[in-house]
Amino acid sequence: MSKPKVGLYWCASCGGCEEAVVDLGEDILAVVEAVDLSFWPVALDFKRTDVEAMADGELAVTFINGAIRNSEQFEMVEKLRQKSQLIVAFGSCAHLGGIPGLANVANREAILKEAYSNVPSVVNDNGTSPQESTEVKEGTLTLPALWNTVKTLDQVIAVDYYLPGCPPPVKLIKNAVMAILSGKLPEKGAVLAPDNALCDECPHRDSKPEKLTIKEFKRPSQIKVDPEQCLLAQGLLCLGSITRAGCEAACVKANMPCTGCMGPTSHVKDYGAKALSALMSVIEAKEAGEIETMLKNVVDPVGTFYRYSLPASNMHRRYDLAGERGDKR
Amino acid sequence: MSDKSTNKTAFEPRIVAFFCNWCTYTGADLAGTSRMVYAPNARVIRVMCSGRIDPQFIVAAFRSGADGVLIGGCHPGDCHYQEGNYKALRRFTMLQRLLDDLGIDKRRLRLEWISASEGDRVQKVMNQMTADIKALGPLKLEPMAFAGIGLSIEADIAVAAEGGA
Repeated sequence: MSKPKVGLYWCASCGGCEEAVVDLGEDILAVVEAVDLSFWPVALDFKRTDVEAMADGELAVTFINGAIRNSEQFEMVEKLRQKSQLIVAFGSCAHLGGIPGLANVANREAILKEAYSNVPSVVNDNGTSPQESTEVKEGTLTLPALWNTVKTLDQVIAVDYYLPGCPPPVKLIKNAVMAILSGKLPEKGAVLAPDNALCDECPHRDSKPEKLTIKEFKRPSQIKVDPEQCLLAQGLLCLGSITRAGCEAACVKANMPCTGCMGPTSHVKDYGAKALSALMSVIEAKEAGEIETMLKNVVDPVGTFYRYSLPASNMHRRYDLAGERGDKR
Repeated sequence: MSDKSTNKTAFEPRIVAFFCNWCTYTGADLAGTSRMVYAPNARVIRVMCSGRIDPQFIVAAFRSGADGVLIGGCHPGDCHYQEGNYKALRRFTMLQRLLDDLGIDKRRLRLEWISASEGDRVQKVMNQMTADIKALGPLKLEPMAFAGIGLSIEADIAVAAEGGA
């Protein structure tokens, strides 16, 4: 029997997810032994034509990382969907929109203006900005069209499984690969990670006070973190209590509060709203003025609570900058 | 819920009101039994305490077609469960800021303390909020499924086909 074919592809992402695959270390040899890496343009020389030449369903599974925000990414994931039996959304961006998803607080026009003229390090006196089609004497050059709104993978194609995390923890990747190879997979649509909150596996779990109340939110740079104590109890805005476990509290172990990259457990529909709800419930302040003062240290609510999940949320994007193209989502 | 008209003159706001069982809902009941007339734009949902109102309910209401969301709870110090209304106030304060950053006008989310004896205040707040939202116009968030492929991407594909802008 020939080895099952596996594909890996990236869209709007930083490359950290590919690093996570490399982080498998020597175990990657066992994976290569068991499967045939048939498409992985980041690491090996594959072209779009290689995908086009495949039969439908030829790839047993394709891991796609990154959010979807331009026409090329959309075209590629559509093709990969057709050629793959299983699609796994790999990492926070494909799962919930991730950091690139925060672009949804702006729009295409604002993003291009910022990147190609406003940024202080950019000198662009001619006002050059990327064109989707340019005529030169050799012919027409084209570039993919940037979308107004960043989308999660499952908002553009059907997704079978999700591997959460920024990037997904190596242990979860290994488990997922083993599950796929052995055919022991959960129900479709499942997130291939534990379904409890991070506090459950946090090393500071026992130091969490019975009744936790916070007088003041602090940023990690403002305090000397006690490495033995619950970070939330120390006033750091730690989102572990609403975030899915599976990372073994990697950030907390490094004295950094959880920012929620693993996304919600299956019990939560809208991560940011729930995170806000949980954090606001443990604050001591009761008077309106007192509350406002105390919340001043949460400088960017969207970036704090929806850091990895704005496109997947109910709000999806900034409403008033959606433009008049019917793309209000 | 009826279809939302795009004609601004005929616009009737849809407001979702979450009222706590012990104070505001009873106050609304009093307004009813006292035959006070007020704008019929709010759909009232009774919850046991304003502290039970998960911000997820509010964003889901907006996503499902609400033009405004009203929260009614007991006056400070009067909460049947001691502290629920303080929780509601803190969540409301933060959520209003968050929604503002996402382009949703602050007036679309309102919190009022209304006791069981303040039927007239229910009348006043309902009328006021309806007028405020009428002036703001409809909020056109399109319905979105909670999970799976809930979003149409036709708009973006159309943009791409046009060559973007």
